[in-house]
Amino acid sequence: MLKIDGLGKTYKAGDKALSDVSFEIPKGQVLGLIGPSGAGKSTLIRCINRLVQPTTGKVWLNDLNITGLRTGELRRARRQIGMIFQEYALVERLTVMENVLSGRLGYVGFWRSFLRKFPAADIANAYRLLDRVGLMQHADKRADALSGGQRQRVGIARALSQNPELLLVDEPTASLDPKTSRQIMRLIVEICRERGLPAIINIHDVVLAQQFSDRIIGLQAGRVVFDGPPSELSEDALTLIYGAEDWTAMRKGADEDAAAEAEERAEAQKMMGAL
Amino acid sequence: MSMATPQTAVWHHRTPKTRLAMWAGWLACVALFVWCWEMMTERTIWAFVYDAPVAANDLLGRAFPPKWDYIERLLWPLWDTMNIATLGTLLGIVLAVPLAFLAASNTTPSRHILRPAALFLIVASRSINSLIWALLLVSILGPGILAGIIAIGLRSVGFIGKLLYEAIEETDIRQIEAVTATGASQAQILNYGIVPQVLPTFFGISVFRWDINIRESAILGLVGAGGIGLQLQASMSVLAWNQVSLILLVILGTVVVSEWVSAKVRHAII
Repeated sequence: MLKIDGLGKTYKAGDKALSDVSFEIPKGQVLGLIGPSGAGKSTLIRCINRLVQPTTGKVWLNDLNITGLRTGELRRARRQIGMIFQEYALVERLTVMENVLSGRLGYVGFWRSFLRKFPAADIANAYRLLDRVGLMQHADKRADALSGGQRQRVGIARALSQNPELLLVDEPTASLDPKTSRQIMRLIVEICRERGLPAIINIHDVVLAQQFSDRIIGLQAGRVVFDGPPSELSEDALTLIYGAEDWTAMRKGADEDAAAEAEERAEAQKMMGAL
Repeated sequence: MSMATPQTAVWHHRTPKTRLAMWAGWLACVALFVWCWEMMTERTIWAFVYDAPVAANDLLGRAFPPKWDYIERLLWPLWDTMNIATLGTLLGIVLAVPLAFLAASNTTPSRHILRPAALFLIVASRSINSLIWALLLVSILGPGILAGIIAIGLRSVGFIGKLLYEAIEETDIRQIEAVTATGASQAQILNYGIVPQVLPTFFGISVFRWDINIRESAILGLVGAGGIGLQLQASMSVLAWNQVSLILLVILGTVVVSEWVSAKVRHAII
């Protein structure tokens, strides 16, 4: 369980990125975090595992106060928090397997990791995860040889190899096409369901957020302005988060996209049949 | 003046002020050139210059054909030269790698003490030519290969250190952040997040420096630091120009080969 209490972040230049953000996430809940660019979504996620140092407030993971930890303790806490990044953030020149195993770095000593001598159980688990995300045959390829969707799957496997108790997901679909975006979101949510894993998914695509999360939090200029189930995300709520816009048209556009996608798939199947 | 409409608006690359300043700058350059030319002609001893074609002809006549059988006496010094370059490069690498990590702003453990110190050492090494390093070391260690190796090594530290620390500073922060988020230690972040990113550049720099060092170590013998330069010095002092021409040919051949090797290696890595 994650509890965020009065979290605030003011950057050195004086920009207030977050102010007084508080919420709780029970076990197994998938939370979609939406808001315009610069609303503080990334900062909020990074304050939880302290890639960014919060200025005020507390973050509790189960009974551990993460904001109070010193370096060594913080490293142990980070092991329990898996993170999936925008544009994958894989180490491009390492192999897929090395990237997945790097999720175990917090658990093995330096020399073991330097010599790539990970415990057999870690390696077996890494293969299981690669199989789960459908990349079994790519284990020994270099990460930069994969496509965008495949790389994000490696990112997911890396986060899961930590055996985390919380998943932080930062714009997982930012550089993927609509179809791959859906597949990636579906995979993340499925895995959260399988493991009862709570997740915060920071996402700018409102339609995807509504489709895949149990709960939505809307940030606007560093403050929570909406907190509720996806069904309650009305046009008024969206206007509160993003400002005025023709939301009905946007949703219609998204429906058309989905329809076009379905048609394309049917078309492709027909062609395959003809061949 | 009325507002310019989109049709009548005139665009100039530079404002009139900049144009005037540039014109004045060009005028100053021409004036400087004329003045320098005057000074140069005034101080040249023209008798020697008129004589130049004859002198050059005479020198070339003595230099060709090269004294081919002298090659036997060159093979061993050539081997020494290559060893000076290779061992010197290795010494440079060993010293430069830790310095580069201390000097890079994203990996230095102390921004106010160790980083300036490392940067100073890198600049100091770069500011002194290897021939000068060799001169100093020969007077400390005595003549021989050892002085040459250390001279090459000390000069290489600055070159490798500077290029490597710049490569470290240009690494992709997101990859490092991702490794940090797994709970990795500082040493592991270095090993998994940074080293893979700079490794190709590191090999490229090292081979490039080795290639330069082959050329530099060929002349270190002029000041007594071993290698083929010793033979060059000896031949020049007895005016054996046909030996000098052979030595220059041998150096040329070695440099061409080393350049080819370094190009191949860099191509293979990058």
